Amino acid sequence: MNKDPANSRSPLLRVCELSKSYRRRGSPWQRGHVIEAASHVTFEIFAGETLALVGMSGSGKSTVARCVSRLERPDAGEIWLNQTDIAQLESSDLAPSRQRCQMVFQDAATSINPRFTAGEVIEEPMLIQQEGSQRERRQRAQGLMSEVGLSPDSADRLAMEFSGGQQQRLAIARALALKPSVLILDEALSGLDLSTEAQIANLLLDLQSAHALAYLLISHDLALVARVSDTIAVMANGKIVEQGPTTQVIGHPTAPETRALLGATESARVGLAAAMGMTP
Amino acid sequence: MDATVTNSDEVLALVRGLSVTYEPDGGQPVRALVQASLSIGPGESLGILGESGSGKSTLASALLRLLPANARYMNGAILFRGCNLLEASDSELRNIRGARIALIPQDPALALNPVISVGDQIAEVLRAHIRTTGEARRTRVEELLAEVGFDQPRQIYPAYPHQLSGGQRQRIAIAQAMACHPALIIADEPTSKLDASLQTEILALMRRIGRQHGSAFVLISHDPTVLAGFVDRIAVMYAGRVIEEGSTEDIFRRPLHPYTQALVRLSSRYLAMQAVRTPFAAIHGEPPDLTETVAGCPYAERCEERMPVCSERGPQETAPELDRRVRCFKYEH
Amino acid sequence: MKYLARRAIRAFALLIAVSVLCFLFTEMAPGSFFDEMRLNPQISPETISNLRSRYGLDQPLVERYGHWLLAVAHGDLGYSIAYNAPVAPLLWTRALNTLLLTTTAMVLTWLIGVPLGVWTATWRGKWLDRIVETGNSLLISIPEIVIALGLLAWAVRSRAVPIGGMISLSHDDLSGWGKLRDVLQHLLLPTAILVLAGVSIVVRHVRASVGEVLDAPFVRAGRGLGIGQVRLLFRHVLPVAASPGITLFGFSIASLLSGSLLVEVTTGWPGLGPLLLEATFARDLYLVIGGIIFSAVFLLAGNFIADLLLMASDPRIRTGGVNAE
Repeated sequence: MNKDPANSRSPLLRVCELSKSYRRRGSPWQRGHVIEAASHVTFEIFAGETLALVGMSGSGKSTVARCVSRLERPDAGEIWLNQTDIAQLESSDLAPSRQRCQMVFQDAATSINPRFTAGEVIEEPMLIQQEGSQRERRQRAQGLMSEVGLSPDSADRLAMEFSGGQQQRLAIARALALKPSVLILDEALSGLDLSTEAQIANLLLDLQSAHALAYLLISHDLALVARVSDTIAVMANGKIVEQGPTTQVIGHPTAPETRALLGATESARVGLAAAMGMTP
Repeated sequence: MDATVTNSDEVLALVRGLSVTYEPDGGQPVRALVQASLSIGPGESLGILGESGSGKSTLASALLRLLPANARYMNGAILFRGCNLLEASDSELRNIRGARIALIPQDPALALNPVISVGDQIAEVLRAHIRTTGEARRTRVEELLAEVGFDQPRQIYPAYPHQLSGGQRQRIAIAQAMACHPALIIADEPTSKLDASLQTEILALMRRIGRQHGSAFVLISHDPTVLAGFVDRIAVMYAGRVIEEGSTEDIFRRPLHPYTQALVRLSSRYLAMQAVRTPFAAIHGEPPDLTETVAGCPYAERCEERMPVCSERGPQETAPELDRRVRCFKYEH
Repeated sequence: MKYLARRAIRAFALLIAVSVLCFLFTEMAPGSFFDEMRLNPQISPETISNLRSRYGLDQPLVERYGHWLLAVAHGDLGYSIAYNAPVAPLLWTRALNTLLLTTTAMVLTWLIGVPLGVWTATWRGKWLDRIVETGNSLLISIPEIVIALGLLAWAVRSRAVPIGGMISLSHDDLSGWGKLRDVLQHLLLPTAILVLAGVSIVVRHVRASVGEVLDAPFVRAGRGLGIGQVRLLFRHVLPVAASPGITLFGFSIASLLSGSLLVEVTTGWPGLGPLLLEATFARDLYLVIGGIIFSAVFLLAGNFIADLLLMASDPRIRTGGVNAE
């Protein structure tokens, strides 16, 4: 909200006309066809800000996340990260941008090797980039652990011994290990318990203001997203159907898909409000 | 059975002081349930609210005696229409499961058999409990499919689970559960794997059919919002204990236990649909390790109203108001 | 049906490739059938070269292959130099002998293995399961040749069953039933070796796949709906657990012709194995190639049958992937 005017002039991440389609393989009884998972997707994110990409499952939001993080190569369009268009770079040239843009996934338990110690999990990206000595890496890992709210003393415990919420903290610490400027949070707040979700959301807000991080937050939960994002882009059928400041999108939705998303939680809200004895 | 039905009009199912411990091979025993008590009246709907590790799923499975082999029922009783399920024989259990108590699973993608058509899977439940002809069964299955919202039951009957969407699969699971008009339906996070729009639909469907048949519900969820519009009463679980129970309105309007208060505060995020970018009123810390014995109140470490007594001994259950109970020293006199 | 047609075309292409490789390798291998004749001073080089041209061995490889292929299309697999007879009937009689042995062994192996596997899977961790598992581990760790020699030694001492060959010397004098009994008695020993060597793999395989399915959430759900233990096993668990078993069954069919070489040689069963072994040593070119093609056909047929069975048992294959999501 209170953004630095200097930052707002040049976005940290700018995605322009991004398109990606998949060819669905035909079976003996069915002809294959092309699915436009993302088409002409355009948005930008500034330092210290969060853009939330929301939509139902199958709307294409995760495809966009995978393209921006270059886990996949888009068919067309530009992805500008730090004055470089990474959209069509070969994987050998992607190392510097991988460093600048990190990803946190929904299920930390599956994105972390459970047999690694917490320290090893966080040090791994530094090890791959050959950053610092072993001692420096361990120090940085312990620093990151305390920053994400884990005890640095538990660096030698196995990742599998941590609870779900703690594993998500671990995944965030690992994402921060290479000092990125952009974090892609792919449903990173979904599937968590209410209290864990609140803790992780708070942590992400704190980290954002401390490091001026730009977040691309992928979510299907509009109510949650409203609390933590500056901008919302609503996706449906591979296209962005509505995009604008969070207050505007939530307060005055124009696209029918946005209204549908809001409406989906509407009856739940009515029920909750009634139980609490309020009028929504 | 008739005799017990008449004298248990008030209570359909009763869990009394149930403790369950998992004893994994070569691992520490996990105290998943500690002295948990609940009661469900006929046609009533009870919500169990709890986060992961609170023991809510263990309680749900225990109600059907479906816990894995390494679970030990330490003490207590599970009474269904006066019959203690912990002492029931295998054939007695088989007659109760699916016919009198049915379970709606969390993830129907996993809970449906991949190589049997969905129609046949519903028919399997009827076959297990009702003696009838194959043709009558087929007609009944088609009725059930229509009841759970399929326009063309005949077309859906021969479909396989992988050909249906997540919402459709959950409807099939509901049809299975409803097939024999059970008196009690247990739904363990039935909508947590579905999109928000589908969640509302599935919950509404469950309620409609439940009311038609007069079934009682136990709805288990980690999300207060799911429970708010659905159940009459809520039991809040924490670290294997039922820490508070009351009517849904009481729980949401005047929560007594500090943990319930915090959860209700958190759930109000659904109400404030405007951009705020302010920190959530989070609960600090983590639930206790269930492999260790907790001397005091299990919530004490995270509690903002902690008193010295809280870490000394466990709070007893008290009833500060009519039809409410809570386990907290704030209300012990 | 398009799926089946595609599998058939692929199988055909594979057969062609196998035959090409056969020709290439036999060409590259040193020596030929006539090498020993060359050492014999009584046979003139002219005779040898005449013989070579009679069997077409003097033609270039490509031409020879073309001729062979043309002949195969007419059901003629070439001519055995050593036996001085057409290859096809020679192979057929031996292949039938082998099939009699291996099919009997396979049927017995599966008839014993599947129930034992299913049974132990439902008793996992109990002492019954442990006993079977110990026996299994023992059988798996003993090489087939040791089992064969052990049984042979026992048979020689006890004289309980006839050893060697497929029929007794007096076979021709026996009546119809007597002939059958005679063959069955000779069948006992090699079949026992094959069953002992194969059954533990089937038991393990079935036990593992059934055990895995027994732990699946849908089995728990079925139990929660009051479906009885027996019905749950036969109607809900076994059809799902069948797929890995069917794949193994396909392998069993595939190795019907080639899997019993060792047993045939050790027990003197007049099957395809000893014939091919001799043909290879003698460099009896077309007999070797014909035998390999025979085995390859069985291999492909086995896979094909497994595919058909898989399609029949698993709707996810039949209806082609996940449709709605």
